[in-house]
Amino acid sequence: MKSVDVLVIGAGAAGLAAAVSLKENSIEDVLVVDRQNFAGGILFQCIHSGFGLHRFGEELTGPEYAQRYIDMAECQNVEMLLSSSVVDIVSKDDIKEVIILSQDSGLVKVKVKAIILAMGCRERNRGNINIPGSRPAGIFTAGLAQKLVNIEGYMPGNEFVIVGSGDIGLIMARRLTLEGAKVKAVLEIQPYPGGLDRNIVQCLDDFDIPLYTSHIVTNICGSRRVESVDVSEITDGRLTPKMKISCDTLLLSVGLIPENELSITAGVSLNAATAGPIVSSDYMTNVPGIFACGNVLHVHDLVDYVSDEASACAKAVSMYLANKLPQDKCIPVHSGNMVRYVVPSTVKPQCDAILKLRPVAPMKNVKIKVVSDRGDVLKSKKLIRAIPSEMITVQLNDVPTGCKSITVYFEI
Amino acid sequence: MAHKEMICIACPMGCCLDVEYDNSIISVKNNSCKVGIKYANDEIYDPRRMVTTTVKTNLAIAFLPVKTSKAISKNLVRNVIKELNDITVSSPVQIGSVIKKNICGTDADIIAARNIS
Repeated sequence: MKSVDVLVIGAGAAGLAAAVSLKENSIEDVLVVDRQNFAGGILFQCIHSGFGLHRFGEELTGPEYAQRYIDMAECQNVEMLLSSSVVDIVSKDDIKEVIILSQDSGLVKVKVKAIILAMGCRERNRGNINIPGSRPAGIFTAGLAQKLVNIEGYMPGNEFVIVGSGDIGLIMARRLTLEGAKVKAVLEIQPYPGGLDRNIVQCLDDFDIPLYTSHIVTNICGSRRVESVDVSEITDGRLTPKMKISCDTLLLSVGLIPENELSITAGVSLNAATAGPIVSSDYMTNVPGIFACGNVLHVHDLVDYVSDEASACAKAVSMYLANKLPQDKCIPVHSGNMVRYVVPSTVKPQCDAILKLRPVAPMKNVKIKVVSDRGDVLKSKKLIRAIPSEMITVQLNDVPTGCKSITVYFEI
Repeated sequence: MAHKEMICIACPMGCCLDVEYDNSIISVKNNSCKVGIKYANDEIYDPRRMVTTTVKTNLAIAFLPVKTSKAISKNLVRNVIKELNDITVSSPVQIGSVIKKNICGTDADIIAARNIS
């Protein structure tokens, strides 16, 4: 049986950065597995620019960002097993057995000391948000449309309505318009846009595409192909029928869910708020030796942050392999007022931690506070604004010993 | 003197700039870096955008992602896309290779954003 020190599952942004960082931390025996026949993950279909500003100090497109990491991985001789899916992870004490189904080699068993989960996320679809109506052709998730247009070169329709104002939906609104389609409306269930402000400006405003906040699709009409959608406005929790928009295609950009089916089979516990694994500040899950980073842990807004997180995770894995990870009891981190979630779920005394969090709703001039169960303020940070589409990072230095839990909340 | 609020699109920070201008910019407020001042200036007198799209190939990968070498005038974006519709790449390219020089007279080049062999 083959054996390696660390198996990285997923060769997307997180997996590649983790593998490169493992090598930089002198962990030589690394294997990266991906179900696709290429490394780089979803970045290759994200042909728009805006990647890499933090990481490389320049504005790259998705494929360029991916290639930077593929080149780094090649430079470090990272071993990759492509067209291969991990089907099971069996943990026995310190050693794990991973079963991989590979196109070239059939069933492969690998003995590993540590695993980094970096499988990313998948799109929510019609079933997740319960849109009533018939089931005609012409209903796509925004990411699938992105793959069709940018990689395969197919236009999925002519007249579009987009549900959800997340970044992928906004970017597709621009892309489809440039390719000659008519995007009639972007509908958002929340009273505020889901994506970054800069994308509202350059993807919708630039092309006069209307954004309707507090609006939902209440019916999809059409038998063979989508013909129109009925739209209602939400006011004070009530639905008011508003308009019928004729269109032949409906794109759903209604959020991403970390892809953790494999993690569950490995015995990893998930956090209900993030749908990602419950991890400590060193990115280790409840199963010793299994770590997680990137979008499989929680959905990020910028790939640069995914790469940063993967590097930090890889560093923790190298310490785990050297038996140097602090063994102290984990202190739970609670989400307080207006905080939707905090990653990691636990921190350790006398250790540093980077807390990543998102607010429940947009706010202006707030303070983010981190306090212990004894009332000590561990960190306080003023923010001019806080919006759900932008992750907030708080560096925590030296969590005091003797504290039983910490809470993160917004003081308004 | 005119007054305008605008979201800076230069980076994901998305600063909400408060701009006072006349025949030239008088003041820019709420920017967290100096790029915001340049953005405000461009956006009022000569709005510019990066263009990313794909061109056909007859190589191993059917579509090549490309980008403009720099931001171009916003009102020329559609012309650029139109001109690129007629281009087919037929020899292998590396990231950064120039696919078309000085597209639509914008002084920007169209460059490959992916390696294709």
